Amino acid sequence: MLLSPYPTNAERIRVAALWFWCVLVLIFLVVPIFVPVPLSFNSGSFFTFPLAGVSTRWYEVVLGTPRWRAAIGNSLLIGSGTTILATVLGTLTAIGLSDPKFPGRRFVVPLLISPLIVPVVVTAVGTYLFYARIGLANTYGGIILAHTVLASPFVVVTVSASLAGFDRNLMRATSILGAKPLTGFLRVMLPLILPGVLSGAAFAFVTSFDEVVVVQFLANAQQRTLPLEMFTGLREQLSPAITAAATLMMGLSILLLIVANLLARRSRGKAGAESE
Amino acid sequence: MSSIAMPTPKTWISARDHSDSLRPLALAAPLLLLLLFSFGAPIVALLSRAVYEPTIANALPHTIAALRQDSGAGVPDETVFRAFATDLKDGQAAGTVYELAKNLNTRLPGVRSQVLRVTRLAAQDPAATKEAMIKAAPMLGEEKSWSAIRAGTNRFTSFFLLSAFDLRWTGQWTIGTVPADQAVFLRVFGRTFLIATLVTLATLALAFPLAYLMTNLRPAIASIVLVLVLLPFWTSILVRTAAWTVILQKYGILNDLMLWLGVTSDRIELMYSRTGLIIAMTHIQLPFTLLPIYSVMRSVQPSQLRAAQSLGGRPFTVFRRIYLPQVMPGVLAGCLLTFILCLGYYITPVLIGGASDQLISNFIANYVNAELNWEMAAALSFVLLASTLGLYITMTRYLGLDLFKMG
Repeated sequence: MLLSPYPTNAERIRVAALWFWCVLVLIFLVVPIFVPVPLSFNSGSFFTFPLAGVSTRWYEVVLGTPRWRAAIGNSLLIGSGTTILATVLGTLTAIGLSDPKFPGRRFVVPLLISPLIVPVVVTAVGTYLFYARIGLANTYGGIILAHTVLASPFVVVTVSASLAGFDRNLMRATSILGAKPLTGFLRVMLPLILPGVLSGAAFAFVTSFDEVVVVQFLANAQQRTLPLEMFTGLREQLSPAITAAATLMMGLSILLLIVANLLARRSRGKAGAESE
Repeated sequence: MSSIAMPTPKTWISARDHSDSLRPLALAAPLLLLLLFSFGAPIVALLSRAVYEPTIANALPHTIAALRQDSGAGVPDETVFRAFATDLKDGQAAGTVYELAKNLNTRLPGVRSQVLRVTRLAAQDPAATKEAMIKAAPMLGEEKSWSAIRAGTNRFTSFFLLSAFDLRWTGQWTIGTVPADQAVFLRVFGRTFLIATLVTLATLALAFPLAYLMTNLRPAIASIVLVLVLLPFWTSILVRTAAWTVILQKYGILNDLMLWLGVTSDRIELMYSRTGLIIAMTHIQLPFTLLPIYSVMRSVQPSQLRAAQSLGGRPFTVFRRIYLPQVMPGVLAGCLLTFILCLGYYITPVLIGGASDQLISNFIANYVNAELNWEMAAALSFVLLASTLGLYITMTRYLGLDLFKMG
């Protein structure tokens, strides 16, 4: 499609140059994120190719030593708490927002999105200051609340997208047939928007699982998460265990996000086909 | 709708009809309340620290009362010194004097040890005279010290916000720049904006041609390319930064590659260098620039370009006069988004940037972590937040880019 039916030589050169440049850009985009993967299987203790030999010793370090295990446990705990809270609150909010009668949408939507815009250091430092005053700093609950703030916009956005394809008349039908609102929600609405909700939940989990700045300010020594352990490791002593941790984190994030996107695409259904 | 028979007042429809808009609002209320509590309140608490600073006022009640009696401007008389000594003695007993000394030190660099010395004097000798106190702490004999103390007795202060711009009050109504050796923040802001600009331009140069190619590929290939773009986008910033620290090492693969290609004849220090920082930031930001450009490019009608060409437009003219104006909103949106995100960058500069490449965010974190100077952290946060929100509002207002729809 790039070349016209009767291309001139100048045109051929231009298109070839475009392709060449774009292939370089794609290499630049994709190759770096996979560099740690082979290095994580290195049996030596350096970051250099060629590998000294293949071994899983760095995975044994990450999955076996108490320090890393505690970090993984904390990440899973905080991630699950955030996912549950952000998914419930975000889904409720998206349902409320989908109502045409929702008041003050112009002010509420920017407020909901603002945690994504405000520089994360400002959020983290402010939360630390405020939580320290009310006794929430250095608690799991505090970190979960702070992560919920960062994760809920993703839930609201994905569930809103799936609600765009939801026919509100179905809810009217349930109530005409005498169902209570909760019954109507659980038996008609939720099954239909479930892919969107699950996709939002996956986004929420990944947001918390990858977050390091807020945790850096709010966590004490017992609450260190996997990203925080990695961050400290990168600052202090560079060990190949970091490449193993990075590979694990990347694998889990990409897996969850592929699932989340497939679900989101499915849930958008008919409405998605029109708006895109 | 109200003509439909309503079984009981409790059903969904009747609730909607009677309470109108309250029901949807009630559904959103829990999250909105959480946002106000866990996001709004912290930011207000932080920003207020930039202008509300009661440490000095709380530590010097007697001095304030005495200063009120004292009408003059310069170094006050004996009674004020007496009151000052009383406050210092009380402060030492209550353990607040160190906080006071630290606080005064931010306003008068180097004053900390003098305050502690004069405190010891006041504790040992209750009858210490003005002369003796000035001997112990020469700064008490200077006019500028007392104007700083007078300024500090006001609980609300513009000192920290002015400091964020390397400014300070030089007299009652005049503002001047701080001495060159203390002026740091304008340089930090300048550096942050410079790096954000360089990264934005780099992402544009890489993203624009790729987005253009993607719109011209067969759908199956285009979606494969899209996955290749989204893959790094979905990987956390920390993991990507970790990957770059591995690549940029002196004996890392980038140096290996450049030696092998003959680009360089010696290994270069890429870690803790600005070049390395910009490469890594460009990699992380590229999808943020590319995706808005791509979504706008897809909406351009190819028939218009063909029409322009068949009317005799040369390729460059068609590009400049037909294509570029149509994709400009996407280009601006992508660039602004990247620029905004670069302003608040934290993780990558900490791990890859050198000591002289730290951006505003790193200074904010450092003021909190290392120096416990909340007021300065708050003032810098204020400026960073104002720049970010200002640009974001410009983006949504004038370009109509809606993050809510982009997700």
